[in-house]
Amino acid sequence: MTKPKIATTSLAGCFGCHMSILDIDERILQLVELVDFDKSPVDDIKKFTGRCLVGIIEGGCCNEDNVHVLKYFRENCDVLIALGDCAINGCIPSMRNEIPLKECFDEAYKDGPTVYNPEGIIPNDPEIPLVLDRVYPCSEVVKIDYHLPGCPPNADIIWEALVALLNNKPLDLPYELVKYD
Amino acid sequence: MNDKIISQVCSTYNNNKTRMMDIVTTLNKQLGGIDDESIDLIAKATGSPRVLVESTISFYSFLSKDKKGDVVVRLCNDVVDNMQGAKEIKEVFEQELGIKCGETTEDGKVTLEETPCIGMCDQAPAALINETVVTSLTKDKAKQVAQDLKGGAAAETLVKDLGDGNNANDLVKSMVNNNVKKKGEVIFADREDNVGLKAAIEKTPESIIEDLKISKLRGRGGAGFPTGLKWAFTRSADGDNKTVICNADEGEPGTFKDRVILTEECNLLFEGMTIGGYVIGAETGIIYLRGEYAYLKVFLEDALDKRREANLLGKNILGKDGFNFDIRIQLGAGAYICGEESSLISSCEGLRGDPKTRPPFPAQKGYLQTPTAVNNVETFCSVARILEKGGVWFAEIGTEASPGTKLLSISGDCDNPGVYEFEFGVTINDMLSESGAKDTKAVLVGGPSGQIIGKDDFDKAICYDDLATGGAIVVFNSTRDILKIALEYMEFFVEESCGYCTPCRAGNVLLRNCLENIVEGKGQTTDLKYLEELGESVQFSSRCGLGQTSPNPILSTLKNFKADYEALVKEDDGFNPAFDINKALSVAEDIQGRKSVIFNENH
Ligand SMILES: Cc1cc2nc3c(=O)[nH]c(=O)nc-3n(C[C@H](O)[C@H](O)[C@H](O)COP(=O)(O)O)c2cc1C
Ligand code: SF4
Ligand code: SF4
Repeated sequence: MTKPKIATTSLAGCFGCHMSILDIDERILQLVELVDFDKSPVDDIKKFTGRCLVGIIEGGCCNEDNVHVLKYFRENCDVLIALGDCAINGCIPSMRNEIPLKECFDEAYKDGPTVYNPEGIIPNDPEIPLVLDRVYPCSEVVKIDYHLPGCPPNADIIWEALVALLNNKPLDLPYELVKYD
Repeated sequence: MNDKIISQVCSTYNNNKTRMMDIVTTLNKQLGGIDDESIDLIAKATGSPRVLVESTISFYSFLSKDKKGDVVVRLCNDVVDNMQGAKEIKEVFEQELGIKCGETTEDGKVTLEETPCIGMCDQAPAALINETVVTSLTKDKAKQVAQDLKGGAAAETLVKDLGDGNNANDLVKSMVNNNVKKKGEVIFADREDNVGLKAAIEKTPESIIEDLKISKLRGRGGAGFPTGLKWAFTRSADGDNKTVICNADEGEPGTFKDRVILTEECNLLFEGMTIGGYVIGAETGIIYLRGEYAYLKVFLEDALDKRREANLLGKNILGKDGFNFDIRIQLGAGAYICGEESSLISSCEGLRGDPKTRPPFPAQKGYLQTPTAVNNVETFCSVARILEKGGVWFAEIGTEASPGTKLLSISGDCDNPGVYEFEFGVTINDMLSESGAKDTKAVLVGGPSGQIIGKDDFDKAICYDDLATGGAIVVFNSTRDILKIALEYMEFFVEESCGYCTPCRAGNVLLRNCLENIVEGKGQTTDLKYLEELGESVQFSSRCGLGQTSPNPILSTLKNFKADYEALVKEDDGFNPAFDINKALSVAEDIQGRKSVIFNENH
């Protein structure tokens, strides 16, 4: 029997959630027994090689590339999991949402106290993805099947969620794992 | 500069910080707004922290720190007003005054604003101009009003023709009409004043409670709590000082029956409150009058004075030794949540209208920690009648489980909007035919916190165990878009949530947004389940009655008008149709002067 496949990506996130995936420690050996990794920073596969059972998304959408990748995941995965607060609600990156984009650019590239940019250039290479008017949580762009909260979510939560999903069992998370105050 | 006025007003209220509402509403009226400096002065005079003064001012929509125009025009933007052309009226005002809603004319004369239901749905579109109510606006009338105001006319001079009954009284002088379309046996009946009160003081409080239990009277404000039981609890609660409060906040959109009682039958209300004082052993009575009804305040105060002169209020009432009771009027300042009894108590105490945590319940610790009975206007009136005619008499009117009559404020798509006193048990069909409603598609029963029902339910009856209502009935005919109406009502709750707890503060916004997407054709089949689940979560986890009922416009239409939703939503394809990549990119495209490479084919 072929193993189901998992893909992961980091959009507007800090990679902290991916670090937390790695924090499942030696259980990663069990995981690779259960699944194959497809497109993911873990193995650096850039394009989907086939249909995946699970896509794990870190981060929300702050630029057009994020939207593109997120849609690409939706098209190629049966189940999408928004992993961590950035994917779920925008989190830290979305703190810019109250500030007009022009002001963000000016502060970052022109007026910031540590900026040296005598020509006042805002980077504009066509290779650079255009930034969105605000940061969007994943669920505002595509349908998200499950949300795993935390910044980052505890490795045990990730592990328990994947095991439950792969075994088609209900997820039972002890209170201590989902208590954040 | 304002020192003198401020210290004067504060000392009128004995520099008492629990009278902060009176202090700030009076000053707001005199100064046009209460700026930082004034806040400092009020804080000092009343010995309260500055932040308390400021948070009170910031909470109520009729109070502000910014100076507003000499005249503030508040256009009612309730669903019924909008059905009857309020949007065009707004355009006329904006055009004539040369400002948008939310702005003040350059000469500082007029401020234009919008406000939710002001209790005039039977004579919509209406507006509140300072404290003067202007009703049945047409585009021509609106133009005239705007021009008069621009010319410096005072708000009172806008009233040309006086309304019926006491609306024409010298102390009211209002163009509002009562529109009493049906009189019943209890409230709008032929009767003699004070017979109930005189009968009451011949009895013991315990036996009056017994009468109330026999009558099976339940609260008329919405929640329907048995009045006898509430008064028994309050009577037996520990505490020497107790309080009787009449809830005349009448904020539920579509309700206006208490306004008519206050105008025509205020003595019946005062009588009921005085009996309340006797029964629970309270000496303090308060009427919480919504700010929108401020035009009735002088008239009501005069009626109270007359009662004092006749020894129907004050010390040893009607010669009954030791029976002391008096009533003051507490004016609200434009906040729906203040109709919720614990918020109302906060407001009477001079605070923001935040609901209180329960327990303790008001009956245990209410106004200034005293055991307090809060009841609706109509409830007190019913009590006075029960004391006059007996609990058995009352119990035989209406239905077995819901005795008595119920005042219904009927408005919307019907020929005869107004106040109807029906016996409990009247069906929606009867009510529709009596009010001249035709081609009815939906009826809102109990205001937005109640339910929107369709034809299948028109044979149901108004009573506590079928269709309960505080009195609001709004009729919609087949030309109306029910989902847009539900959306307007959600907008109302988003505005009026006090913001204390997250399920209500954020949940209502999410519900509103999702419904808005659906109405705009950007909804998916899965949204319907989302609305239902989120709506139930908001109901379940909110802290007070507002959030516990605010999802009802959505939940009841999902139940009764499912087809309207299904006609609008698309099959779920995994992508969110409300997300618009072109719009999301347009700002950056403008700044950077280039088009998206990835999504270019979409442009
Ligand atoms: C958001 C909200 C608004 C309310 N508004 C009113 C109101 O305007 N008038 C009223 O009598 N009751 C209103 N109520 C109900 C009161 O909390 C309270 O139950 C009622 O005044 C008790 O009086 P009753 O037992 O005579 O009905 C409101 C409740 C909520 C939750
Ligand atoms: S949720 Fe926290 S850990 Fe995860 S990407 Fe965002 S900031 Fe980093
Ligand atoms: S439910 Fe709404 S109105 Fe009530 S306390 Fe919470 S936020 Fe305030």
